[in-house]
Amino acid sequence: MNITTIINARIINPEDGYDKLGSILIESGLISDFGPDVQAKGQIIDANGLICSPGLIDMRVNTGEPGKENRETISTAAKAAAAGGITSIVLMPETNPAIDDISLVDFINRKSENAPINIYAAGALTKSLDGSTLTEIGLMSEAGAVMFSNGALPIKSAQTMRRLLSYSSNFDCLISNRPIESSLSINTAAHESDFSLRLGLPSSPSVSERIIVERDIALAELTGGKLLIDLISASESLIAIKQAKLKYSNISCSVSINHLSLNEKDIGDYRTFAKLDPPLREESDRLDLLNGINDGTIDVIVSSHDPRPAGEKRLPYSQAASGAIGLETLLAAGLSLVADKQLNLMNFLATLTCNPASLLGLKSGRIKKSAPADLIIFDPNAPWVCKGKSLLSKSKNTPFDGRLMTGRNIKTICKGKLVFDSSN
Amino acid sequence: MTYSKNIIDNIFGGIRPTSRALGKAATTIQGWYDSGTIPQKHWADIINAAKSFDHTLNSEDFFPKQLSRLESFGYPFNKLHCLSIDDFNRPDIETLLSLGAHYLDLNIQKNPNNRVLKGKTLINLFFENSTRTEKSFELAGKRLGADVISMQIANSSVNKGETLMDTAVTLNAMNPDIIIVRHSASGAPALLSQKVSCSVINAGDGIHEHPTQALLDALTIKSAFKKISGLRVAICGDILHSRVARSNVKLLNMLGAEVRLIGPKTLLPSEAETWGVNIFNNMKDGLEDCDIIMMLRLQIERMSDALIPSKREYFHFYGLDKEKIAYTKRRTLVMHPGPMNRGVEISSEIADDEKISLIKKQVETGVAMRMGILHALSNSQDSIK
Repeated sequence: MNITTIINARIINPEDGYDKLGSILIESGLISDFGPDVQAKGQIIDANGLICSPGLIDMRVNTGEPGKENRETISTAAKAAAAGGITSIVLMPETNPAIDDISLVDFINRKSENAPINIYAAGALTKSLDGSTLTEIGLMSEAGAVMFSNGALPIKSAQTMRRLLSYSSNFDCLISNRPIESSLSINTAAHESDFSLRLGLPSSPSVSERIIVERDIALAELTGGKLLIDLISASESLIAIKQAKLKYSNISCSVSINHLSLNEKDIGDYRTFAKLDPPLREESDRLDLLNGINDGTIDVIVSSHDPRPAGEKRLPYSQAASGAIGLETLLAAGLSLVADKQLNLMNFLATLTCNPASLLGLKSGRIKKSAPADLIIFDPNAPWVCKGKSLLSKSKNTPFDGRLMTGRNIKTICKGKLVFDSSN
Repeated sequence: MTYSKNIIDNIFGGIRPTSRALGKAATTIQGWYDSGTIPQKHWADIINAAKSFDHTLNSEDFFPKQLSRLESFGYPFNKLHCLSIDDFNRPDIETLLSLGAHYLDLNIQKNPNNRVLKGKTLINLFFENSTRTEKSFELAGKRLGADVISMQIANSSVNKGETLMDTAVTLNAMNPDIIIVRHSASGAPALLSQKVSCSVINAGDGIHEHPTQALLDALTIKSAFKKISGLRVAICGDILHSRVARSNVKLLNMLGAEVRLIGPKTLLPSEAETWGVNIFNNMKDGLEDCDIIMMLRLQIERMSDALIPSKREYFHFYGLDKEKIAYTKRRTLVMHPGPMNRGVEISSEIADDEKISLIKKQVETGVAMRMGILHALSNSQDSIK
């Protein structure tokens, strides 16, 4: 039996707000005890008084496998995630071919067997992500798909969305849809504002997002399906979600760490590395989103890791691909906001641990007896400079290149095994 | 219709005297007395025995008299149409079921002297394809002595653009007595019934109702279990597009069965809870302790676009096979209104297993039940005239 003890740790469990100094005893990959009075046994990991929390769960990660391995493979993404303090990732189905069949879910499962962290597949909502043909949600769910998404492509038809929510509720599956009204957002590159209009960029208004947020909330009410509104970026959306959450428990939403850290000004000088989907919006939107985390309206923060080789990014702004990598910067960018007193530490960690775990039905994401020992030790105050080139991801398209960061992951333990140690 | 009572009481003077006169056990006579009918093999004996009591009986006496009023619990049956289960009250249903049970006896059913519908004209007006409903009505009408015409819609003026109303008026001018209609539009038979002066039987309208199927299902259950009240019946599959399910829910509820609907949410009507049924989205919970499982056909032709991802997934979660039938944890009988999609909603091992499948029995019962319905409607036509 493998026994490890993490000693001298400030144990934080966001699920119940637990925050105490102590030790965590790990036996056979599971947490067997924790707290101030635990006797150290077996192999010792000294946390030196740093924070030990559940490993992060990132519900939105793109790799290029299968089909676009030049962007990222499952194995490089897993390494980057482990370095960033993430112990579970959910891979989006937007691959080539799309993960729309049980055999492809099985492919992801087999590819992930030897990965240092937990890798889960999100099944495609529609065949080849065509937006209209239902996939075998029940069978894929049995094969191990933890949620269903149509990637970056929204479900345009309300009837299709209704059926998806209704059908998936038979199996209690989480359905994720991007809130984009395609007719308002097609061929646009930026948020519609004074700034983007001065830059002369084709832009889409925030209401494009709000329209679908409200539509999907209404459909979730009608069908009782479990809805995740994927990547909100505007204040208007948040208001609608806050209202809906007063009445319905089956509605949740996510936000990317980029939209909490950056605003539209970051695309100044046509910096394509900050070209994202949804586009970066105004500072007031960003502040509202931060409030949404602090008051619990927003359930989940994701990295929205989207690796793109330089060739897809070094293009005129409107032609460049959108998306940014984020596995290694997710925790640090969030801790920087905590250090700036913009985010509450406990709420921030909850959106990356217990909240995604309960949406996905995972046992990890919490520190309690007989939960999987997926843990991280991080220094919330370590200063460092983010350098794109030194990141482990195969693609280096980070919008945080050259940024000063506060807080960094030190050690990652997944299933009781030390899978990343910054001192090595 | 209950002629045995008359014979036993009025000719022989009660059950025991009848038993002595025929040399049969009193319990047998009691059985005839209760069921109202006497099996044909005994008729000759009874005719002979009656002679010694100074009564001349012939085989006509063993059929319900045409003009005798049909009734149950003292409530006469006086309905002219059979459009929906809602048309009937509980005594009407009992009348229809006991008439159906009467005709279940093949000897009575196939008796060439049957003259219940003699001189009457039946028109089968089927705007949608049908095998068992159309043919069983045709057979039922013929066995009761009626003239039956089956309209071939493919060869009719409907294909030349005639509207349903014009067809109805045209047919009405030919003075039929009963029109049996199947149409793809819900409510079409009801509309027709307002325009014609004869009886109209709904043989399936769109996704609304199929009352004769529900009646024959009830009769099948009653013959298999000797009762309906208190049974737990699961109706599984494509409820949304099923007229059979709608009629069955109403009828089985009226007869005191506990009805459950099982299917994926996309194939269940969104307000089905208000139908007085329990709703389940998985077979495991839904089938527990069910006495009857009614499988429905996946009506792919009525689906505007995909409501389920694939037949493979549908069968995996909702197709009835040996594994799922074991969820009932008791002896269960399986029904299906037909036509079946083998390997989509039901596996062949279940469909062909005579011990658990009532599917063939349903077709057999169908003819008897439809004879009963035709008999009842014709009888109330005559009594109103």
